[in-house]
Amino acid sequence: MTKDRPWVMRTYSGHSTAQASNELYRLNLSKGQTGLSVAFDLPTQTGYDSDHALARGEVGKVGVPICHVADMDTLFADIPLDQMNTSMTINGPAAWLLALYIAAAERQGVGPEALQGTTQNDIVKEYLSRGTYIFPPEPSLRLISDVITYTVKNVPKWNPVNVCSYHLQEAGATPVQEVAYALCTAIAILDTVRDSGRLEAAEFTAAVGRMSFFVNSGVRFIEEICKLRAFGQLWDNVTRERYGVENPKFRRFRYGVQVNSLGLTEAQPENNIPRIVLEALGVTLSKDARCRAMQLPAWNEALGLPRPWDQQWSLRIQQILAFETDVLEYGDIFEGSKVVEGKTNDIRQAGWAEVERVTEMGGVISALGYVKEQLVASHTARVRNINAGDHVVVGVNKFTETAESPLYTGNSSAILKVDEEAERDQVARLEAFRTERTQADVEAALLSLRDAVKNAENIMPASIQCAHAGVTTGEWTQTLRDIFGEFRAPTGIAGAAAVPNVSGKVGDELEALRMRVRKTADILGRPLKVLIGKPGLDGHSNGAEQIAVWCRDAGMEVVYEGIRLSPEQIVTSARDEGVHLVGLSILSGSHLRLVPEILTGLRQEGLDNVPVVVGGIIPEDDAENLRQAGVARVYTPKDFKMLRILSDMVDIAEEAA
Amino acid sequence: MKEKALQIDVSALVNFNRQAIALALNLLEDRRPRLQAQALTLLDELSTLPAPAHVVGITGPPGVGKSSLIARLIARQAQISRRVAVVAVDPSSKVSGGALLGDRGRMQISLQAEVYARSFAARDRLGGLSREAFSAVFLLRHCCDVVLVETVGVGQSETDIASLADTTVLVVQPFSGDVLQFLKAGVMEIPDILAVNKADDQALAQQAVSDVQTALALERGSFDQGSLEGSWQNPVLAVSAATNLNIDTLDDAMTAHYQHLQSTHKLGNKRADQTMAWAVGEILHEVGQRGLAILGGVEGVRSLWGEQTQQWSAIRKLATLLDRVRYRA
Repeated sequence: MTKDRPWVMRTYSGHSTAQASNELYRLNLSKGQTGLSVAFDLPTQTGYDSDHALARGEVGKVGVPICHVADMDTLFADIPLDQMNTSMTINGPAAWLLALYIAAAERQGVGPEALQGTTQNDIVKEYLSRGTYIFPPEPSLRLISDVITYTVKNVPKWNPVNVCSYHLQEAGATPVQEVAYALCTAIAILDTVRDSGRLEAAEFTAAVGRMSFFVNSGVRFIEEICKLRAFGQLWDNVTRERYGVENPKFRRFRYGVQVNSLGLTEAQPENNIPRIVLEALGVTLSKDARCRAMQLPAWNEALGLPRPWDQQWSLRIQQILAFETDVLEYGDIFEGSKVVEGKTNDIRQAGWAEVERVTEMGGVISALGYVKEQLVASHTARVRNINAGDHVVVGVNKFTETAESPLYTGNSSAILKVDEEAERDQVARLEAFRTERTQADVEAALLSLRDAVKNAENIMPASIQCAHAGVTTGEWTQTLRDIFGEFRAPTGIAGAAAVPNVSGKVGDELEALRMRVRKTADILGRPLKVLIGKPGLDGHSNGAEQIAVWCRDAGMEVVYEGIRLSPEQIVTSARDEGVHLVGLSILSGSHLRLVPEILTGLRQEGLDNVPVVVGGIIPEDDAENLRQAGVARVYTPKDFKMLRILSDMVDIAEEAA
Repeated sequence: MKEKALQIDVSALVNFNRQAIALALNLLEDRRPRLQAQALTLLDELSTLPAPAHVVGITGPPGVGKSSLIARLIARQAQISRRVAVVAVDPSSKVSGGALLGDRGRMQISLQAEVYARSFAARDRLGGLSREAFSAVFLLRHCCDVVLVETVGVGQSETDIASLADTTVLVVQPFSGDVLQFLKAGVMEIPDILAVNKADDQALAQQAVSDVQTALALERGSFDQGSLEGSWQNPVLAVSAATNLNIDTLDDAMTAHYQHLQSTHKLGNKRADQTMAWAVGEILHEVGQRGLAILGGVEGVRSLWGEQTQQWSAIRKLATLLDRVRYRA
């Protein structure tokens, strides 16, 4: 019996600087990891250099900062790029990071035709969930299309796009929604490529064949198996019917996976290990719908940044699954199963119906507001069910009694702390790099970039020229910003239906809270008005959106402005709007920088009496710091009870009045 | 509970000090009796001062891009060094009484520009202007050059905005058949300016503009025949917030309308008529037809209004009339 080849094993990682990340990558490879998955920091993902005002406090926090080709060289030092399979989680400036990767490979003596890997390059889910978009939809799709047409001709082993259903599930999507909206995205992208007329028929077919997906796998792993089977069948259908691809090889549903982060808990975090194992089973058990690549989160992700040992534990799960168990030894074990087939059909049919609905609205870009509202509504329902106990989360809303864990004491001892010096170090190297490059080359390269953008030529050759000339991430992106403009995605909250009648205990509590909120207006003199703000570059807005919707449903007047606000903007809004309380949501780890700036700003505007509460992935030491600085309350993922948070907010606002 | 006596600096207020404006608007919203009294005193003081600002109502159905259009108008005002206040009204949830105030995010207000923006929940005034928004505009008229008021609605609620704004701009998008029906049927007053947004597609925009012109011509035909010289020709403009198309033209049209009101000496009367329409609306809302009858109907209100102390603000005058109904022996 021949065993199947195992999937590519990766760990999503990167932090501090290119050098620190390179050391981590080489360590991970030495432990048997077979590919790399690069996490970029938020300034890089949103197209800012490390010394930009908006980058303050964010450099090296959630990933590695890459400002120029020398950073890219360092990131892959002693890693031969002709032998590596690298996945890059990059979207807004995907074309640029690919150009830097190609340039770094050329500097290693490796040509583009030898490169293997993936650029995520899916802007739609950035608008819907992840938030690191830069440009409006039309030019964004053009950039994606440019990357596809370039790689099909020049980097044939590259996956130019990883259409992400992953972040849709994180934003609350049901399996049907996950499948449907990801397919809509793939259709929007391939339609753009087809209509650009840049590819011959055979090349276009190859481009269809290079499309890959990045999916999510939750703990309901049987449903997930069915979801992936349905996904594959629908993709086969779309590629054949819509794009006329005859060769089954180019119609294959190829996907990588990161298993669910949404379901990982801060309470009893060791329970996340069995969750991760079951989720990994969901994407490996069925040969017909098995992943091509897998990355697993660490058990302590809800606490903070995982340490190398935590990542190793997750890699070992993959290795045990591939090399100790027998999953790779059989054909498809679900073939002929009535149950699996039935569930698969259900998801396929409902998924296709939703694809058709979006198509009728003119496609996913036209329907962005609708899709976002659907996701917010699903997520609201999920949170409600967890609060009501209908959706069991072990250790969170059931079986909460626990012995003390020997794995960690408190939060802060079991996570990685990013060296605060890393930002200064990075900025210093950026400044040195700028003085050492040849200015005339930089200007010439930027000029050809501008021409390529304006003349609708493919962006890649000029971008690679820019990379070699020493152009920085900020300069490349600013050139495009000047021409394309920027974009603000819909928040989806206005259309999220109110929760009129919630049954049971949660319903009673919500009703009681509404009464309280009404009474508070007598004490405050006017209805309770709150500002929910997302400072910094972090675009993960699901939490903030939920709080905003729940505050509204509890009877508060809620000012919500979306993502990427500067501390000054938040202070100005709090002042102009006359709010009674400010709630901040930060998941990027930059809370120690951003929150004190906001507190200072409020004081300067004479708003000392406006209390501030903060929610996010905040280790206990940092939480204590924030409370010392004047924050009224800090909430972390273990505070899942929405109504308790809301009732706290009412108390705090009343006390401050 | 502490009821801090708020110290509002009137000279800071009329000089567009945004901290002072915010405090003053907090005070106007406050329902506690002592603070309400203070608010009335402030408004009375202001009513003796000039109210130079041009109040522009921007209204239209949901989703036509009013906030994005306002974003462009704000940027334009900043260019010509005008101070702008924005009042945005969003509906309140009938179920919970809460509201999501999201317009601010779409307005992309630059921190450098001289802009003050405040969102209001419509509260119990469905789709229309809340009492709070009205008094806010009343105050803001004294503090800046332009007040932009954004409200959602097609049909009846326009009467609300028209009773507050010097100039009403109705925003529609191509193929707004229902809006045209409202106009034709006379359900809706003719706006002073009609802006067809999303005019990125030239052909569509031209078609939409001519549709609207036809509808307006019908409407005008029934009202304006043999109209006096110097009447306002309600312009229909194709604009695009997305591409910044004709935003200057729209702004110029707004200014031209204001100048038209001033040069034809209509502004004073218009504001007086507005105040009366607003007062009657409020009386109906607060104490109903019976209450209005007690005051002698619309004519009674008009004459009682004239008898009140000239220095009083409209809001105090209204409050006094309402008290008359509520506390009548």
